[in-house]
Amino acid sequence: MTTEHQSFYETPAPAGLTGIKAWLLTHDHKRLGLMYLWAVFFWLILALFLGLALRTELMSIGETIMSAEVYNATFTLHGVIMIFLFVIPAIPAIFGNFFLPIQIGADDVFFPRLNLFSWYLFMIGGFFAVIALFAGDGFPDTGWTFYVPFSVSTESNVSLTVTAAFILGMSSMLTGLNFVTTVHRMRVKGMGWMQIPLFTWSLYATAWVQILATPVVSITFVLIILERFLNIGLFDPDKGGDPLLYQHLFWMYSHPAVYIMILPGMGVISEIIPVFSRKAIFGYKGIVVSSMAIAIAGSLVWAHHMYTSGMSDVSVFVFSLLTFLVAIPTAVKVFSWISTMYKGSILMTPPLLLSLVFIYLFTVGGLTGLVLGAAGPDIHVHDTQFVVSHFHFTMFGGTGFAFFAALHFWWPKMFGIMYNFKRAYIGIILATIGFIFHYIPMFILGMQGMPRRYYDYLPQFETGNFLAGFGGYLVVAGVMMMFINLFLSFREKVEAAADPWGGTTLEWSIPSPPPVHNFIDEPVVKDYPYDFSEVIMRSKKEK
Amino acid sequence: MDKPVDKTGIKIGMWIFLYSEIILFGGLFVLYAVYFHMHPESFVEGGLKLDRIFGAINTLVLLVSSFTVAASITAIQRSKKMHAIWFLLFSIGCGCVFLIIKYFEWGAKFAKDLYPNSDTLLDGEPGLNVFFGLYYTITGLHGLHVIIGMVLLLISLILVIKNKVTAERYAMLENSGLYWHLVDLIWIFVFPLFYLVL
Repeated sequence: MTTEHQSFYETPAPAGLTGIKAWLLTHDHKRLGLMYLWAVFFWLILALFLGLALRTELMSIGETIMSAEVYNATFTLHGVIMIFLFVIPAIPAIFGNFFLPIQIGADDVFFPRLNLFSWYLFMIGGFFAVIALFAGDGFPDTGWTFYVPFSVSTESNVSLTVTAAFILGMSSMLTGLNFVTTVHRMRVKGMGWMQIPLFTWSLYATAWVQILATPVVSITFVLIILERFLNIGLFDPDKGGDPLLYQHLFWMYSHPAVYIMILPGMGVISEIIPVFSRKAIFGYKGIVVSSMAIAIAGSLVWAHHMYTSGMSDVSVFVFSLLTFLVAIPTAVKVFSWISTMYKGSILMTPPLLLSLVFIYLFTVGGLTGLVLGAAGPDIHVHDTQFVVSHFHFTMFGGTGFAFFAALHFWWPKMFGIMYNFKRAYIGIILATIGFIFHYIPMFILGMQGMPRRYYDYLPQFETGNFLAGFGGYLVVAGVMMMFINLFLSFREKVEAAADPWGGTTLEWSIPSPPPVHNFIDEPVVKDYPYDFSEVIMRSKKEK
Repeated sequence: MDKPVDKTGIKIGMWIFLYSEIILFGGLFVLYAVYFHMHPESFVEGGLKLDRIFGAINTLVLLVSSFTVAASITAIQRSKKMHAIWFLLFSIGCGCVFLIIKYFEWGAKFAKDLYPNSDTLLDGEPGLNVFFGLYYTITGLHGLHVIIGMVLLLISLILVIKNKVTAERYAMLENSGLYWHLVDLIWIFVFPLFYLVL
């Protein structure tokens, strides 16, 4: 790599496009990844502040900044945006698009035009959500689950929002289809299944869940719209339907969807930990198998959301047992990450710190998940703040922090610039402390019996809610600090090397930012993707 | 970028997509299974109200069209362009026939006051309402897929005429054909579940 090569910013693909067209009509997976990045940033920040508004409302008893109706619409909006426009697409659509082809030595995904189409679906879906906000009778107040019968009878704009979710689901499914085909057909010669980097493996497992589960929720959303317009009565007991079936259909997708959300995050962590431990990942095959095991077992546990909905005891028992099974592959991963660091030569950097925070927060989220998965205790804490805290530990503490880790890990590769470490550390520590302040009180509130999605509460819950709100401000401040630091790197323009961290996977063997066809020379595939002997040799020479 | 076209890859993508379509209908078949279990008598009663002759003709029409689509692919592989065009035209024609019959079928049901929120269904057995609710939902969604399939076949037809689909490169036609077979296949399940439920 002696000669200068133009990065993909200078070379449009397909060739000949100029200006804004070079972005809006591009087939380049890297440009599409960045376009997702900016869209997701927008939604994340919006939903973050909506969440903050909710907790501000709860900081003191009675009406503080919004009415009960606005509160209902706000938590629905927060949930819908976070789930469909941030957590599900963030890592696969941004980093998956950008790095999956590079990690397997390909020059693009298998269906580049379909990839562009997925991005447009994503934008159209988001646009529909925005329209639903302002048109008609306001944003839905149903919660992101759209449970019948309320979602069929409420006056608010459910149809439009559900359409948005339908379109976003399609976008995510087509991305999954693209990734599966790409992994099967585009791997560079010499890369067998056991030489695929773990991030790509996790995306592969995720893609299968996306393909398997998304159509179920699509049809469920279609049914809601049909019910709203034609009033067929498929979920109405008076007309022979069964509302419980709605919940089954909904969770048949939406529970696997939580593994769509977390698996790519786990993949990111599996990349970062070995790089900064200068040590091969512990149990490569174990992690691969556990990704697939989570994908499969996670598809069979949906009804654990419905213990109190009136299912038979047999179903409760079976789903509870299956839920516990998911904990096994998850724990395999956590132990593998920790064992990787054992006796490693650890180099502390912002991505590693974020990964460590991820492991800690995600473990708390996972263990409290067992409390909820057990049928007995779940009856006590069902639909309380405990649940809210649990899934925020996994979704925000897990996927959210994995997303931040991925940002800090691959930022120099995507933009060719390095950010300021000190500000990043301060942001991370602030966000972590704020996070714990924010969600631990909710566990206690939940155990004491404070329900979720309530606008007001009894006086004994005030201290806890005040503390949680205070923590919320710290989290948002920390996250904003991380983002501002990253944005400032555009101004500071500290150039990043091709391999600033000492990574072994293929994306670190090419210039930063990558050229349009990714590889200048034919990529060389290592027998084992996490072989650090060369990296260690190189650093010894430098000394 | 001038790699040869990876036909297997394109097919993998198409099959995964078809699979997702099956899951889409699968959700509705789950509903069918549960409600059939809840109201078996009403489902039998509803099934007897449907016109088996129309249903049988439609099944036949779709099966024949599936054959002619397959024949058009074989014709293209053997570079017999005119044959392929006629086979495709015939298949699209079959799609039209299917939709026309469907139109008369639905019309007849509407005339008998059997549609969502009709008095007969609202005042009658709840199970009957669910049966017809599912009938309209599933056949409606299937009809939509017939239309999409016809559009795909039409696009393939135009590409055949313009010599964009040839013996060397016929992925578009083949995938449209696969989609059409899927439409046929779903109907093969819909027909006995509704018309022959007794």
